[in-house]
Amino acid sequence: MPVRKTPDKTLGESLRDHGLSRRGFLKFCAATASMMALPPSMVPVIAAALDAARRPSVIWLSFQECTGCTESLTRSHAPTLEDLILNIISLDYHHTLQAAAGEAAEEARLQAMEDNKGEYLVIVDGSIPGPDSNPGFSTVAGQSNYDILMETVEHAAAVIAVGTCAAFGGLPQANPNPTGARSVMDLVKDKPVINVSGCPPIPMVITGVLTHYLTFGRLPELDAYHRPLAFFGQSIHDRCYRRPFYDRGLFAESFDDEGAKLGWCLYRLGCKGPSTYNACATMKWNDGTSWPIESGHPCLGCSEPSFWDAGGFYEPLSVPITATSGAILAAGALGAVVGGAATVLAKKETKTIVAHRQPVTVEELEDKL
Amino acid sequence: MSGSMEFLLWTKGPMFDIALAIFAIGLFARLAEIFLLGRKPNYAEPRAGEWLPGLRTVFTRTIADPGTFQRASFNVVVGWVWHIGFLIALLLFVPHAELIKGLFGIAWPALPNPVVDLVTAITLIALVATLVHRLTHPVKQRISTIEDYLVWTVVFLVVLTGYLAYHRLVNPYPVALGMHILMAEILLIILPFTKLTHIFTTFIARWYNGAAFGRKGVQS
Repeated sequence: MPVRKTPDKTLGESLRDHGLSRRGFLKFCAATASMMALPPSMVPVIAAALDAARRPSVIWLSFQECTGCTESLTRSHAPTLEDLILNIISLDYHHTLQAAAGEAAEEARLQAMEDNKGEYLVIVDGSIPGPDSNPGFSTVAGQSNYDILMETVEHAAAVIAVGTCAAFGGLPQANPNPTGARSVMDLVKDKPVINVSGCPPIPMVITGVLTHYLTFGRLPELDAYHRPLAFFGQSIHDRCYRRPFYDRGLFAESFDDEGAKLGWCLYRLGCKGPSTYNACATMKWNDGTSWPIESGHPCLGCSEPSFWDAGGFYEPLSVPITATSGAILAAGALGAVVGGAATVLAKKETKTIVAHRQPVTVEELEDKL
Repeated sequence: MSGSMEFLLWTKGPMFDIALAIFAIGLFARLAEIFLLGRKPNYAEPRAGEWLPGLRTVFTRTIADPGTFQRASFNVVVGWVWHIGFLIALLLFVPHAELIKGLFGIAWPALPNPVVDLVTAITLIALVATLVHRLTHPVKQRISTIEDYLVWTVVFLVVLTGYLAYHRLVNPYPVALGMHILMAEILLIILPFTKLTHIFTTFIARWYNGAAFGRKGVQS
């Protein structure tokens, strides 16, 4: 892959070169505005900004990941406008997508960093073995993931952590976390970090974040977990089309019972929708075709921290994670032993008092008085 | 615990284990002591059996006698309302039934959510009424201790946080649910060491009373 500087063409020019009509472009801008809860008056602003925007240089780092996030973003369905936006941003370095290999690939990353110092975006997918972990757990060209990340973000404008592994540690960080996996925001403290969580995340969310950055020149409003509020502001449960069944107390109790066939609420089958914040219920997947709950499966809560360690996927949200009836019985038995010991002590004390009792006669009392 | 989800997972994981262990150890210690200490031997010749009157009294004392009702009708009616409301919310709300099923493998049918919601609202109002009564009634006011207010606060907060979580009135939701679980855990922890133990000892006391009266051959 030839080393290139930030291209001179604007985003609008590049889109037109790819055969995108003005109508198609404005439709995208309108969809983005509505998706990010911006007023319709912002559509022309977004269009003008995108049209004139220089394509940002993007370095995409893949660490401990499964490439599912890249798959989701680039192959969701063919060919999408999101895909197009992704393809025509100046993606200077991406393991999976770049043609270059070896020294040339690493050289491309370093060159892009040099040429766009302070302006490039870093997208990270996958978790990173922390600074205290064995650096050999995950390396690229003999360099540890941690070193590459810290070196690359040093002069970045911002970092976007794509997928739950990069955002929260994800599967690699699941108990017992053998590689000491950490999230990007655990390690990068001096740069803005945006988390686009999900396993994988919704493709439109990342293009939404990029669009916002290109339009307003700053990053979107974030929630407490650094996720863009426009997409992660509401829970799955609050936007779920099965919510009326929850409110009426109608639940599927197995995957093939009458309730499941009638599309009732999946809470009892382990749905984590009430505690999961994501946009699946409104944006759906595969070009708006469907989403997990619509296809009859409970939400796993994949866009939340520690979702692998949050109890069984098929256990309802209210079921405790580690407590068992055996442990409760054991604690009860221990309590009974304690109670028994207390009884023995009390009886012994009573006996001692009775044995040493010194009766007082009326005469003695009168003497004392 | 850096965030709301970590807080929820802490309340559902380690904190739940700790609370349940303290509850089980404390409760069984107290029950074992009560049963093992027993009562003083009664050497008088029994006039009738103990078991039947004892068991009968466990149930009959649930209904207040007319005298008590006339003397303290507020206590009887409001006490009944919130106790039943609390039990319905505790045992017949779907997530609670699932929790019990998950822990002990015992399952029973639950009530539709709107029914439990209404019952919970009534329970909250009744609980507030009990506090107002306690604070304004001249006798109750004087005999109330810190423990009474502590127990009221914990019970009220368990119901209130549950109501807030169900209606998703606190954001983000993991904080709302975590607060509810934590309050329930505090209830479990203080239960064996406060007057909340009456949840279990009421029935033992009733049995002892009924058995004692039965032995003497009098009505209880």
